Amino acid sequence: MKKSKSKVFRPTAFAFPYIAVTVVFVIVPLILVLVYAFKGADGSFTFDNFAKVFTDADTLSQLAKTIGIAALSTVICLLIAYPVAYILASSPFNKMAILSLLFIIPMWINFMLRIFALQSILNLFGIQKGFWAAIIGLVYDFFPYMLLPIYTVLLNIDKSYGEASRDLGANSVTTFFKVTLPLSLPGVISGISMMFMPVFSSYAITMTMGDMSSNVFGAKIATLFDLHNYGYGSALSFVLLLLVVAVMFIGSYFSGRTAKTLKRGKVL
Amino acid sequence: MKKKSASVWLVARWIIILAVLIAIYLPLIMIILYSFSTARSVGGDFGSFTFALYENLFKNDNLLAATKNTLIIGLVSAFISTILGTTAAIGIHYMRRKVKGVVETSSQITVVNAEIVTAMGFFLLMLFLRETVGLPVNKGMVWLIIAHTVITTPYVILTVSPRLKQLNPNLLEASMDLGAGPMRSLLTVMLPQLAGAMVSGFALAFTLSLDDFVVTSLNTSANIDTISTYVYAGLRHNLKNDIRALSTIIFVIVLAVLIAFNIMKDKKAKQQKLK
Repeated sequence: MKKSKSKVFRPTAFAFPYIAVTVVFVIVPLILVLVYAFKGADGSFTFDNFAKVFTDADTLSQLAKTIGIAALSTVICLLIAYPVAYILASSPFNKMAILSLLFIIPMWINFMLRIFALQSILNLFGIQKGFWAAIIGLVYDFFPYMLLPIYTVLLNIDKSYGEASRDLGANSVTTFFKVTLPLSLPGVISGISMMFMPVFSSYAITMTMGDMSSNVFGAKIATLFDLHNYGYGSALSFVLLLLVVAVMFIGSYFSGRTAKTLKRGKVL
Repeated sequence: MKKKSASVWLVARWIIILAVLIAIYLPLIMIILYSFSTARSVGGDFGSFTFALYENLFKNDNLLAATKNTLIIGLVSAFISTILGTTAAIGIHYMRRKVKGVVETSSQITVVNAEIVTAMGFFLLMLFLRETVGLPVNKGMVWLIIAHTVITTPYVILTVSPRLKQLNPNLLEASMDLGAGPMRSLLTVMLPQLAGAMVSGFALAFTLSLDDFVVTSLNTSANIDTISTYVYAGLRHNLKNDIRALSTIIFVIVLAVLIAFNIMKDKKAKQQKLK
């Protein structure tokens, strides 16, 4: 008895190769980004790169513009994805598995090929490269990623909540806004987080579908990189990193709040 | 009266669903149609039905090389990340809570981080390894495989971990009580139960690798293209028509694999219900 307890099976060592890989290929690169951000062209320590971030009007306006593009495309995508998810999760559509699969299939097709297909069609309809073409491209590309989490959450909402609401006299509109929508918020938040920050790096879409007016922040970093300006590029990367952390905190604050309201709702 | 409004509501819902489906699939269907035409642009004068683009495709060495690179990088990195991710998930599963939190959080860094920052980091790491440490690393296939492995492994962990939590720990203990060593128990008792999750993890890693653009673009050498970088460069300059043939082949393969997979899943679910 004692013997078996002393050799409790704990194969934590199995994670060591992965931990080593994470340290070398994930942690060290982040440190290097920080180091390069403080490195001048001659290799000496400098604050110039960061000073430039906050004094260069072009960089700041591009950052603001990217936040706008990300917000706009995310909202449009949400406004289309939510009704579709709602319908797919409702009867009789929820019994047609193949239908929801059709909406998710594009996830598995190379996004550049889908953008190529979309661009051909937009040309056909006379929509030229530009700001709105880029927005359409972003919405088209991220649609399944927005749809899937919302659909999954809606599908798993206990039907008896809606029935209870209607039994207590609420009409279907009130039921939707007071019961279904709040319960589906975790899916909405996860959909938004699948799209908002990734748009910052989606310059492959905005560069091919749009023009200068729709350039995202990631394009600027990639351009600096092409010009071998690693110092300034790293400083901008670091700014983006701070933004990622900020967005994560906002996201976890909201999902924490919805989790609390859900708990309270259950107690009631 | 009520019945009528219900049927109107049903029709309205069908219209929304179909409208969005058409918006999603019209571009893909037009590409498939025009892969059998030599028309200069999609939607132009169709001309006669021809396989010319497919013949061109198999003569276009650059595009074939890009396809081959994409597949090699995808398969090799998915294979390594499945092994690395599964062993990591097993190790993490048995960790004490505090350590577990730290490892799980750091495994999410590349998942939540902006891709361009990850890509930049990989490149700076390569510079560092080559110029400061003195290792012979360079942009190219091997470096891309390493980079893709690193960015896809967290997703394998995310796929395998939930399955590990569902496993019955008594089975492993029973195996060890009956005299099998820990390694043997792990390989013969635990691993077979994880096989399904490992296959899902592999598929996820593979598709994520195929879809990657940013990390690949910043870490590849001038003469190595993947499908993503090839189409990107082409869309900005002069993309040849035979990309329509390649797109069609890829659409059809994805569609066939997914539908077959789902039919198989349905059959399995039905069989289990019968039991």
